[in-house]
Amino acid sequence: MKKTGFLERLRDWDADRFDLTEKTAGDMHPDLSPKPLKQEIPDAPLERLATRGERAFDRLYPVLALVLGTVMIVFLFLTVLDLPPYGAADNPAHNEVTARYLGSGTAETGAVNAVAGVILDYRAFDTLGESHVLYAAITAVLILLLVQSDAPEADDPGARLMERDPILTVTASVIAPIVILFGVYNMLTGHLGPGGGFSGGAIVGAGLILLSFAFGPHRMKRIVTFRTFRIASISALCFYSVSKLYSFFCGANGLHTIFSPGTPSRILSAGLILPLNIAVGVVVSFTMYGLYSLFERGRIG
Amino acid sequence: MEYFEVLLLGLLVVCGISTCVTKNLLASLVIFLAYSVLMSILWALMKAPDLAVTEAAVGAGISGILLFITLKKLRDIRRKADDEKDRLS
Repeated sequence: MKKTGFLERLRDWDADRFDLTEKTAGDMHPDLSPKPLKQEIPDAPLERLATRGERAFDRLYPVLALVLGTVMIVFLFLTVLDLPPYGAADNPAHNEVTARYLGSGTAETGAVNAVAGVILDYRAFDTLGESHVLYAAITAVLILLLVQSDAPEADDPGARLMERDPILTVTASVIAPIVILFGVYNMLTGHLGPGGGFSGGAIVGAGLILLSFAFGPHRMKRIVTFRTFRIASISALCFYSVSKLYSFFCGANGLHTIFSPGTPSRILSAGLILPLNIAVGVVVSFTMYGLYSLFERGRIG
Repeated sequence: MEYFEVLLLGLLVVCGISTCVTKNLLASLVIFLAYSVLMSILWALMKAPDLAVTEAAVGAGISGILLFITLKKLRDIRRKADDEKDRLS
């Protein structure tokens, strides 16, 4: 069996490596597992099979990588040198956009926190894209890592041990409600002060992860299942898209919208910013928890 | 206040370099999380509290957890490989 291409060798090396690591069934029943063929093969057959061109490629590879890396670094540094000085008054970033956002942002959007006004009103389209990117990322991770849902529960002795650990359980039961409460507070008051949908959602996600860590996946099923994950994420994204569609349509055509800025510094103000913060927070928190769950167990819920 | 900022920036550089050069992966990870916490304090000092909250939650919280899980899985894989080697030899 002659290996020719570099990629082919890489694939074979990969297969060898995973053969070595994934023999769990053989570990448990040594009599049942077939005798591994790897033993008969000498340890380094690749070296002899490699042609001259491949050997040259292997030798040149680090050199070329170094040269390419250096060239990229030099180009990036040259670009940085070309940037305008930090904080200069005549920087292109200091234009009428900043003055508009900071000067009349509160009056136009109703948000006391200018950042929330920018990311969820002036630049809401960008935030919509971000939420969809997060959802696309979790979908990609789902495709890569999800195990068959009707497969039996993996028997993880580490997880069972952790469930019983009193320090972790007690600490988590004290801290996790506070963490989740702070995240929700962050989400709800994003238009009044620092915080917002993304950070609040990340904090709630961290609280859910802590709960799952301490009490195990079985009890987490009462809070988050795959069904709730799907329904909550998709309905939040749809709500965001539809409400911004309405808002953009009205704004572009000069129509009057039903969302008004309201009285700044009230909790129910700033038009769409509060519901959008909640929608973003729901997507982010479930995505963070879903990422953890997929990494740890290969399933959500 | 300025000395405090310079101190934090210096610690940031120290953390960044030692994350790369530390041999022990667990120690490297903890230093990386310390980097995130320092960065979060710096964001707050630079009057960007929104970023500070996000940095603390994502940088020090979520990415730390994901990296810890990755480390745990790596160790499991390594242990299995070692067992296999012991069994074969």
